[in-house]
Amino acid sequence: MRPILAKLSRDVPAMLGLAIVVVVLLVAIFGPLLAPFPEDAAASHLTRRLRPPSADYLFGTDNLGRDIFSRVILGARGALAIALTVVLVAMLIGVPLGLLAGFRRGWLSETIMRVTDVVLAIPQLVLALALAQLMSPSLETAMLALSLTYWPFFTRIVYAETRRLSASLFVDALRGVGASTGRIVFLHILPNALSPVIVRATIGLGFTILVAAVLGFLGMGATPPAPDWGLTIAESRTYLPKAWWYATFPGLAILFTVMGFNLLGDGLRDLVDPRIRRSR
Amino acid sequence: MTAILTLRDVSVELGGTKGLLRKAVPPVQAVRGVSLDLHEGEILSLVGESGCGKTTLGRTILGLQQESAGKILLEGRSAGRLSPEAARRARGAIQYVHQDAGAALDPWWSIGRTLEEGLLIQGVRDRGERRKRVAVMLEAVGLDPAWGRRYPHEFSGGQLRRVALARILLLQPRILILDEPTSGLDMSVQATVLNLLLDLRKRFSLTYLFISHDLSVVERLSDRVAIMYLGRIVETASAKLLFDQPMHPYTRTLLAAAPRLSGRRASDHVVVRGDPPSPALVTAGCAFVDRCPIAEAKCKIELPLLTSVSAGHDAACHRAASEQFASVRAKRRA
Amino acid sequence: MMPMLSVRGLKVSIRTDEGTAQVLDDVGLSLERGRILGVVGESGCGKSTLIRAIMGILPKAARVEQGEIWFDGENLLVFSEAELARTVRSSRIGFIPQDPLLALNPVFKIGTQLLEIMHWHAPNDGSRGAERRKRHVGRLIGLLKRMQVPDPEGALERYPHQFSGGQRQRLLIAAALACSPRLVIADEPTTALDVTTQHQILLLLRELVSEFGISLLFVTHDFGVVAELCDDLCVIYAGQTVEAGPVRPILDTPAHPYTRALLACHPDRATSFQGIAGSVPSPLSPPPGCRFAPRCADVRAACSAGAPPHGKAKSGADVRCVQFA
Repeated sequence: MRPILAKLSRDVPAMLGLAIVVVVLLVAIFGPLLAPFPEDAAASHLTRRLRPPSADYLFGTDNLGRDIFSRVILGARGALAIALTVVLVAMLIGVPLGLLAGFRRGWLSETIMRVTDVVLAIPQLVLALALAQLMSPSLETAMLALSLTYWPFFTRIVYAETRRLSASLFVDALRGVGASTGRIVFLHILPNALSPVIVRATIGLGFTILVAAVLGFLGMGATPPAPDWGLTIAESRTYLPKAWWYATFPGLAILFTVMGFNLLGDGLRDLVDPRIRRSR
Repeated sequence: MTAILTLRDVSVELGGTKGLLRKAVPPVQAVRGVSLDLHEGEILSLVGESGCGKTTLGRTILGLQQESAGKILLEGRSAGRLSPEAARRARGAIQYVHQDAGAALDPWWSIGRTLEEGLLIQGVRDRGERRKRVAVMLEAVGLDPAWGRRYPHEFSGGQLRRVALARILLLQPRILILDEPTSGLDMSVQATVLNLLLDLRKRFSLTYLFISHDLSVVERLSDRVAIMYLGRIVETASAKLLFDQPMHPYTRTLLAAAPRLSGRRASDHVVVRGDPPSPALVTAGCAFVDRCPIAEAKCKIELPLLTSVSAGHDAACHRAASEQFASVRAKRRA
Repeated sequence: MMPMLSVRGLKVSIRTDEGTAQVLDDVGLSLERGRILGVVGESGCGKSTLIRAIMGILPKAARVEQGEIWFDGENLLVFSEAELARTVRSSRIGFIPQDPLLALNPVFKIGTQLLEIMHWHAPNDGSRGAERRKRHVGRLIGLLKRMQVPDPEGALERYPHQFSGGQRQRLLIAAALACSPRLVIADEPTTALDVTTQHQILLLLRELVSEFGISLLFVTHDFGVVAELCDDLCVIYAGQTVEAGPVRPILDTPAHPYTRALLACHPDRATSFQGIAGSVPSPLSPPPGCRFAPRCADVRAACSAGAPPHGKAKSGADVRCVQFA
């Protein structure tokens, strides 16, 4: 562990990413405590509509007089919630399928991989929109749609890693020592295959936040009055360019959050491989 | 000496895909009718070049490769015709040390945990007991027991070989198959590893099957040697006999080609032409016929069988069986 | 006659994550014209760094702190990278790598790759364009015939993976000789080969040296190969040259304690298997003076005092050891 952290600390972009992710995480957890106007998640104050940024309202107020700074902070929770849920569900579906397909050749493996290919071809946004039409648009339908289209990425990675690892020498040695298939797959192949999965998942978190924001923007995700970042940007459209603060700050929030996850994910990728290759 | 392992006419086929959507590819005969006896406590070296089948034979004896024909007897009892998982259970007394010892270890597991795993699989439930045995074994192979916490990439090549040895010795085997135990090692490290192997053999009453192409090591270390060529054993004898009076022409070219410290100049011996044959080659007669300096017409059409040419010395060559060759010892040694 | 290659007092350091590693410390060797010099050392002794320094392909983090590399009368260390690439590598110094499969591009035909080398490095004989290319093809086919590669014309049209290991190594030897270099450096070219194939290649190299009049620098860890192939020998330990001279006298009567200990480990000589006590020092924190001192059976106070002095052994070899100064 320690050499990994030490090496990570030398990678400046990765450390920056880590810092951003930690900040976003803390903001999400302690949101209501940090926001100066926590009630603005729902309340409206029409007397102070569309005020530019000032000492009281750091990011200005929106068309219902709500403090944008508070809403951005409160929006972090929703953004992270959807990201974590989607990625976790996608991993729960994708990783076991990848293990199954990679370890044994045969028709099962082929079937799984072809199904994976088909699902990969479905565009995330289109499916999300379709589902939103079928059931009513909500954060939950967005989560469902995104999970259903994200798991193939994990299956692919785990499949490739599992195939590579099942042909590796240490798995051969394990068979020589008498290890059962279950032991080999779950205690040896899986931990080794997880490294690229974690990298992918980290970047996937950022990507999902972006997609969720787009869905919110299109009105197919979170519904008003939720302080969703994407939704806020959508609401701000009619008031641009005069009330520039309305769209800018939620937009920046999305930018920094996604960037943070991507930088961290890139840093992790550099870390994970050399250690394995060096061990000889 | 009792034969602890016996092979009779063992053949192994590899690869081969069935027809249907793709063109059918015939399987390759990696091992062709090998008969071998491994005596208790001895070191038998299996020598050959790429494509001769020695690695496949080693894996077949271990059980990870199933033989397609022939009998395998371990300690007198039949142990052949089993799937890899069943074979490993039945032949637990045989263990294998890979050529690349480091790659045979899970890079994410500490070596202590890897060593304990073998015991866990065997059924040693008590953690303290496992820890104790691992510590004892690490010392036995010359490593500090405290290093159990370290990971494979923190060890040198020679040390990793010791870790690999410790791992399988914990399983209390009787036969060790060592795949190129000295390849990739520096000379000084090689000497220590060989010393360790001899020491362990005495201490744990082991029998070794060496797979190697380093003739200097083979000559010093082995009790008996078997030479393989294209899936068959072409000569077996005690190490002394084989190096003093090689009978098979292939053995003679092999011995002549090996670089020795005496520095026999690379120009004054029969140099065999061409490369070692690919295992896909199928011949009616002797497989060495195209490269053999003394081949006759008979050699092309009739397969020579492994027959005794003198006491304790077998060779698969029509001419060796009928003629005597002068000793090459005088020419070889400085 | 001036030696073809002469390395004197070479000191090379490499910056790593854990500090600066003094990889080479006062390394010297001398390769006479038309002879084969074996450079022998165990892993970590700095052989590869030495080769790279001679060819000018040291990694960016490496620095030549001191020393001279004289090749055919010129100091290579003052050459710029462009000059080395254009006028020295491939054209005057050929290189045979250890692993032929890794050295060849798998997606290009052999002919394409070899002709490319000739295109850039072959001596200018006045011909141009298609005429020049035809001459190069002719020369290559001649070389491949000499290397006993079956069907040379067809070989040029094939891909690396279609050849066996031994054949690939022959192709690389042909590539190294294509532009008629004066010096060829071979980095353990036979380690990955079968015994009989290795024998063929060693024999071939010996013939090529006398036939083409080249000087060969042969790096290896196998004393047996050195005994068979090389005329002269240079032993390196932990970045320091310890003994150098004609092969036979050194193998028969090694002088330096390290050479003696190492030869005593060889299965052809060992009475019992001992190994050498201790381990190779890390170049990050090398011992002062003679780096073998901590493991040496004949160690004295003077050994760690300063750089080991030059001396002569009874066999005529140059030895860096206080016992022979």
